[in-house]
Amino acid sequence: MNDDYQAQSPEVAARFAKLRQRPVILDVKNLTKTFVSQGLEHTTLDRISFQVYRREFMCVLGPSGCGKSTLIRIIAGLDSPTSGEVLLDGHQVSGPGPDRGMVFQGYTLFPWLTVKKNVMFGLRMAGQGAATAESEAREWISLVGLSKFENSYPHQLSGGMKQRVAIARALANRPRILLMDEPFGALDAQTRAQMQSYLLEIWKNVDVTILFITHDLDEAVYLSDRILVLGTNPRRISEMIEDPVPRPRDRSQFVSPPFLATYHRLGELIHPPAADVQDRLPITRMTMVGDDVE
Amino acid sequence: MNRNKHSLFAPFGDLPPGIQLLFVWLSFLTPLVAWCVVSYVPFVWHPLMRVADPGGVSYFQKDTLVDKKVFRAENEKMLAAGKAVATGVPANPVFLPAPHEVAQALYKSFTTPPRRKGEPWLHESLWHSIRIIFWGFLLSSILGVPLGILCGTFKVFAKLSEPAVDFFRYMPAPVFGALAVAVLGIYDGPKVAIIVIGTFFQQVLVIANTTRKLDPSLVEAAQTLGAGQIQILFQVVLPGIAVDLYNDMRILIGCAWTFLIVAEYIGASSGITFFINQQAKYRIYDNVFAAILIIGVIGFATDRVLDWIGRRIFPWQKSSGRGGLLKALRESRRKTNPA
Repeated sequence: MNDDYQAQSPEVAARFAKLRQRPVILDVKNLTKTFVSQGLEHTTLDRISFQVYRREFMCVLGPSGCGKSTLIRIIAGLDSPTSGEVLLDGHQVSGPGPDRGMVFQGYTLFPWLTVKKNVMFGLRMAGQGAATAESEAREWISLVGLSKFENSYPHQLSGGMKQRVAIARALANRPRILLMDEPFGALDAQTRAQMQSYLLEIWKNVDVTILFITHDLDEAVYLSDRILVLGTNPRRISEMIEDPVPRPRDRSQFVSPPFLATYHRLGELIHPPAADVQDRLPITRMTMVGDDVE
Repeated sequence: MNRNKHSLFAPFGDLPPGIQLLFVWLSFLTPLVAWCVVSYVPFVWHPLMRVADPGGVSYFQKDTLVDKKVFRAENEKMLAAGKAVATGVPANPVFLPAPHEVAQALYKSFTTPPRRKGEPWLHESLWHSIRIIFWGFLLSSILGVPLGILCGTFKVFAKLSEPAVDFFRYMPAPVFGALAVAVLGIYDGPKVAIIVIGTFFQQVLVIANTTRKLDPSLVEAAQTLGAGQIQILFQVVLPGIAVDLYNDMRILIGCAWTFLIVAEYIGASSGITFFINQQAKYRIYDNVFAAILIIGVIGFATDRVLDWIGRRIFPWQKSSGRGGLLKALRESRRKTNPA
């Protein structure tokens, strides 16, 4: 059972063979991040190395506190590593830039700009004229299905709509890679499922590579080509899993054997079985009719 | 919907709109009613007697205000001596005029010429005060707003100026009065200076603080979209704090009004303070009350106007959110079904 997730159907194996042929877009080399707090040195990331191929969809999965947000922030250039380097198309990254679009977990649309002006923001920063930026922004807004709301302000949109605008805004800059830091984490389960399908649609139609952070196992298996699992102790890569679920994906695959095998393996990596016993709570019995519940 | 939401004492709850309006009126009516009761109901307070007929008391005159105890004591003496007793009605001290007297004064103070030639009319005094506030607040803002924003945005500016600003803030503006007169003369110069000194230091700190409260992830988002440092300052920080900055300014203008009264004592007394002092000297307290009320009305009206303007220049504000969303949805629906 444990090895099932490594068994790939011929089509899936062929997909991965093709994927590995593609050029490397993002090359993370020996990334280490430490910080000092109360005189003690803490390691957030310990010698992390991996590569992302062009047009790949990679999920970074890990328990909370494993440093996945730090990792993506370093790649975005918002934080700097203690040692190691990040190469984008072979060039070292220093500081944030429009070649790495980012979608944050919190809503970061500019509240004073309409949807259209939000999407135009990056284009205007790049020096485009108002007219071209506007027509280009309109295309991206229609790509995420929000044309009716182009003149609305962010506070008039629902959470899912806001994140769709944020995706359009990041994509409008034509980034080499789209970094997504738990972008659907604040959404309810239904909207979240819808957003996952939207994202796969968008990824299929737009030439972009995606690095997606999540702590949700389903989400990782549903979206990924490969899943990078980070551990907490040590803070290194636990495993790089090739997702065996064939594409195109749909929600009926959630009960298919490759999906379940991968899900099971991720569960083992993220919640080691021993933790279950340690976490038992010292609850005294406080009910007389509790015998029926189990 | 939660049934308790509209109960009067639901924590953070709403009031039904009708009730809400009632309470708004009550907030003004309650003090007014209290004032009326104290002024018009003879057995509430009224510590004095206004003499109507002095009777046998030699030093009483018609309309003299006498302490009730003295009045009673004198009348007992008169009774004992078999002379005519004085008569009178309960009255309040001269410094508490009745509402109708103040209401009359509100009108009369504008129409009565000043007692002495060369003294300004009330409207001239008011206009002078408003000019002082305007220039003081303008000068303070020209320096304070940019400095506050720079301090909030860049550590360099914060470290360079905030400790000193914090230090100066604790020196009460009026202590600079004598110095300001020495440097700027006795007319309007030192008055404007006091308002600038009183407002500026608060302004820098308040605005720096407002700037720091800007959501840092907005700045990060702008960075990942390719914005440079200058672009972040002008296209993210400025619009990002605009609403809060505007509200800060509304509060700070109140601060400027506070320093006005002090400022107008400095050098040649002028403006509304001069008017109030003159009227108090003449013991025309109706006019004193009228002038104080006018300051309140001007301040309150300014704030309402600024609030109205604010809601129009910041259409993205959440306060108008609910109606705004419904409107947007309704309009989008109308566009899709032209029927």
